[in-house]
This record gives sequence, structure tokens and C-alpha cells, in this order.
Amino acid sequence: MVALDASGERLAGDRRHLGRSLAFWLFALLAAVAMLSLGHGASGVSAPQVLLDWFTGHEIARTDRVVLFDIRLPRLLTGMLVGAGLAVSGAVMQGLFRNPLADPGLLGVSAGASLGAIAAIVLGGLLPPAILAAAGWHLVPLAAFAGSWLAMAVLYGIATQQGKTSVATMLLAGIAIAAMIAAVSGLIIYRADDQQLRDLTFWSLGSLAGASWVKLLAAGPVIAAALVVSPLLARGLNGLALGEAAAAHVGIRVQRVKTAAILITAAATGASVAISGGIGFVGIVVPHLLRLLTGPDHRWLLVNSGLLGASVLLVADMVSRTIIAPAELPIGIITAMIGGPFFLWVLLSNRRMLDG
Amino acid sequence: MIRRVSQAAALALSLALSAQAEPHPDAQRVLAIGGSVTEIIYALGQQDRLIARDTTSSFPAEAQELPDVGYMRALSSEGVLSVKPDLILSEEGAGPPETIAVLKEAGIPFETIPSGTDAEGLTAKIEAVAEALGVPEAAASPVAALKADLDKLSAAVGGGAPSKRVMFVLSLQGGRVMAAGQGTEADAIIRLAGAENAVQGVDGYKPLTDEAITAAAPDTILMMKRGANDSDHAAATEALMAIPAVAATPAARNGAVIRMDGLYLLGFGPRTGQAALDLHDAIYGGA
Repeated sequence: MVALDASGERLAGDRRHLGRSLAFWLFALLAAVAMLSLGHGASGVSAPQVLLDWFTGHEIARTDRVVLFDIRLPRLLTGMLVGAGLAVSGAVMQGLFRNPLADPGLLGVSAGASLGAIAAIVLGGLLPPAILAAAGWHLVPLAAFAGSWLAMAVLYGIATQQGKTSVATMLLAGIAIAAMIAAVSGLIIYRADDQQLRDLTFWSLGSLAGASWVKLLAAGPVIAAALVVSPLLARGLNGLALGEAAAAHVGIRVQRVKTAAILITAAATGASVAISGGIGFVGIVVPHLLRLLTGPDHRWLLVNSGLLGASVLLVADMVSRTIIAPAELPIGIITAMIGGPFFLWVLLSNRRMLDG
Repeated sequence: MIRRVSQAAALALSLALSAQAEPHPDAQRVLAIGGSVTEIIYALGQQDRLIARDTTSSFPAEAQELPDVGYMRALSSEGVLSVKPDLILSEEGAGPPETIAVLKEAGIPFETIPSGTDAEGLTAKIEAVAEALGVPEAAASPVAALKADLDKLSAAVGGGAPSKRVMFVLSLQGGRVMAAGQGTEADAIIRLAGAENAVQGVDGYKPLTDEAITAAAPDTILMMKRGANDSDHAAATEALMAIPAVAATPAARNGAVIRMDGLYLLGFGPRTGQAALDLHDAIYGGA
């Protein structure tokens, strides 16, 4: 995926206009999916009807109000932010590592978050009651967020020497750190009782079921800030595709791009994982699909990844909450079940393009 | 931990309301969360008011025809609201807490039934459900039946037979024995049945090493029934005996492997007296 080569191919294959018009369509898609998502749910509460009653000042049944404003709306916004956050993080990581398989997991973010969650689920009861009472049921998301940042900070510290971050060191040290985190997680899991084990399993499958205004207000701004800043990385990531030395020669401040990319990813992924658990696949498949369509230019790739990621997660969430209603299937199962085969199909039908 | 955190949260919330289950005699659309709560509702003869249940409520068979709102610790708020309950009766530990908070916000009465694994706790559990349903007098008959079973049990246990050592095997994952230590339902029912848990010094359900199995030296091995027929039993017993450390225990030598239905054995509901009695008879070879 070289963006520029000596023969000047890039001008002939410039797909920037495609990226621009795709952004428009993806925005329309997201709006449509959001409307659909707000209108669908196990309870069959009709969103248009309730909204109409609300605007015209009619009495709304308490349950209808709760379903729409306390369940579906925070869940819709959470799904949009988490989907966009995961997809953009994936795109940024793939750009930074110049590897199509890269994901935020390479920063230790996922492993750190899951260690935080595991520790909170299994050992949280040992905390002083005052802290427990203050943290309440937000202990798990808080611990997951702290864990993701801690792991990222350690890895960044190891890979950075004399103000230069080595991506290769980061990749390899990341494997070592992930193994260490897995060992500690295993130790804690061994202590867990069977109920905690079930909690852990459900956490790792991911869900937007716990979406609430409180969580959204806590994690939303973090993800939103990362999303808003991310397009500024586009030029830098495009430059990095040439290799670090070449990027520096064309005037990219490589170290600054790296640091920003890592911070943005840790913020978006850490906060997303903290409020929704482990939702796989979105971060890999969404940027890939878009690269197949519009090429590797980050100027539109990052924005489009956010838009498509949000739509994909909203659709997956709709399936998750209606397919076995009144019960709910963890969303991580859906993203993998629908996304895996779909991704494979896209890959196989574009095989020539990938080889070429 | 989530349990403890949610208990702390539930405690704070319930202190604001009241410590005792409030009566809801008018509730006609009851959602039961937790297998034992569902069983108690049937035992009270109040099943006509039951409209939905959670995944753990698999007894009696009729209950399985009701809509299933999912696993009790991973409930979906809109899913629960969609069955339009006017009362939710739940075992301790239902969640996630966000869902419970939304349900309370929606104004649906949510009563948590205290858990219990001894005679007093079980009686309190049945009475709490009856109280919440506004039919306290209906508790008399299942409580009396429970007491009668437990009395029969203590008579049998008091017989002076030397106490036998029982090992509860939860699963045989990859040839490793996952056994019940202290603080488990299995430990409670074994003690209730007048036997001794052969696995001491272990908390919760843990995989045992071969040496630990040898040291535990159980007289009897207790397992949950998976399939309904005898060939399943034979196959599972064979898998168990294929583990050398198990084959060397007194239980294996005497062929003392007991299998009982999981919810019946570990559910701690109205049938627990009977279950403990059955277990006692199975361990000690009939009354």
C-alpha cells in the first residue's frame, strides 16, 4: 500500500474525489441507521409516535419515555461513538505501523483494559468500602480505562529513547507486555468464583447494554475529542507510508505524529472498551473496506472510517438487541459472526487488487 | 466483586426504600429472575401471575414456555420492559446494575429476594416471595413441606452413621477435575445432607491436581446430570474413571458415583429439603 511511487502512478489513480463523495453517502447512511436504531427495540415502542407526542406536549407513558430517552438514546450515542472510535483507532494504528493487520491491541490498550476490568470484577470487593461506595458500579469501566492507559504509557516509555519512539520496539515489547498482562490476568482469574467468571466472559464479549447517560457523559467527551483531532493526523500518516526517513525529508514531524497517533488511539479505544467491553473486528475491517474502495489516502480514510464504524456498530447492536428478544446477544458475537464472512468475501473478490 | 459492588449499590437503594419486601397484591404481570424464585412462585400456586422468566429458571417444565429475558446477570433493560412486567422478583445478584437502575427509573417495582442455604434462609426466601406477591398465607404449605423434609433429614442424619466424604465434580474439562470447595452451593448441600465435603481448604470451584484428589479421598463422587438417559451417565462415569487419580479413590472402588439434576441439587428453592434427603439416601444407601 504505497501511496506514492517514482513512476507517478498516484496522479493517475487519485481517488480523493471518491473519498469525498463517499463521506457524504456514509454520513447519509449513518443518519438513516441512527433513525432505524432509535425506532427499533424489543419493546416495540414507536419512536416517531413518542417524539410527536413529546413535541406536541402530549402526555407520554413513563415506560415509553424511559425506553426512548434512557435506554435507546444513550445507547445510540454510545454505539456511534464506540463504533467510530474503534474504527478510527484501527485506521490510525494501521497507518502508524504501516501494517494492514495493526490494531489498538498493539499498544497494549486492549490487554491493559481487560486486566483492569478483570481486577475490578474479581478483586474490587477487597477495596475499602468508602472507595467502593464512591465508585459504585462504575468501578469496572474506570479500572478498564486506567488499565488501558497504564499499559500504553509503559509501552510508550519502553519504546521511546532520547525523544524518539521506535515503532519496531513498540511492536515487540508490546508482545512481551501483553504476555505479562495475560499472566497477571490469569492469576486473578484463578481466584475468581463462578459468578465472576461469567461476568468476565460477558465483559469480554462486549455489549452496549450498560449504556447510560452517566457513562456517556464520562467517556463520550474523551472519544469525541480523539475523533475530532484525528483528521489532523492524515498528512502525517500519509507521509509515514513512505517510511520514517522519507517522511522526515518531506517535512513531517515524525515524532509528533507518532505521539499524537498513540494518544488518540489510547483515548478512543480505552474509553470505548471501558464502556462497552471487548468488541472485536470493527477496527480492522472498516478501514480495510474503505481502503479497497477509496485507497489508502488518510485524508478521507480517517473520517470515513469513523462514519462507517459508527453505522456498522449501530447495525450490529440492533441485531444484538432484537434477534433473541427479550434477551440480548453480546454484540462482540454479532460483529464477528457477520463481519468475518463479509470481510472474507470482500478480500476474495478483490484478490487481484491485493496481490497487485 | 461486581456482586459486592452491586450489592452495595442495591443496599444503598433499598435503604432508601425499605428493608423488607413490600407487598404487591395487585401485580398481575410478574417477572421472575433466578431459578429458585420461579420455583417458589410455582410452589406458592401463584404461577398464573408469572409472565416471563430468566434463563436460569428451568423448573418446572411449564416455566420454560414463558418468554426468556436472558441470563440473570446480563439482562437487557428494553428486553425486560418489553414483556411489560408490573413486578420483578429477583434473586440476589441480578444485573448489570445499569439495567436495574433503568428498570427502577421506569417505575417497575423490583424486589430482591435474599439468598439462603440453610433451613432458616430457605424459609425466609419462600416467605419473602409470598410477602412480595401479597399472599403471605400461601407460604405456609411450602414452608411446612420444606420443614417436614428437613426434619426427616435431621432424623436420618442423627442416626449415628459415620460421616462420609463427598467430592462434588462440576466438570471434567480436558481431563481435569473441577471440584467444589468451600463457599459453594455444592458444599452447602453436601453438609445439609449430613456428609462432609472431601475437598477442604479450597475456595469456590477450582481445578484439582491429581494429588489433591488422592488426598481428598472421597467416599462418594457427586456430579450434575447432563443428559436424561443412562448411556450419558455411563459415558460420563467412564470419563471420570479414566483419570487415574480418580480411579484410585474409595468412591471409584465402590462405584459410588451419584448424579443429580443441577437445579434440583444446587438451586436452593422449595425442593431443597427433598433434594438433600435424596442426596442423603444416595450417599448412605437409602433410609
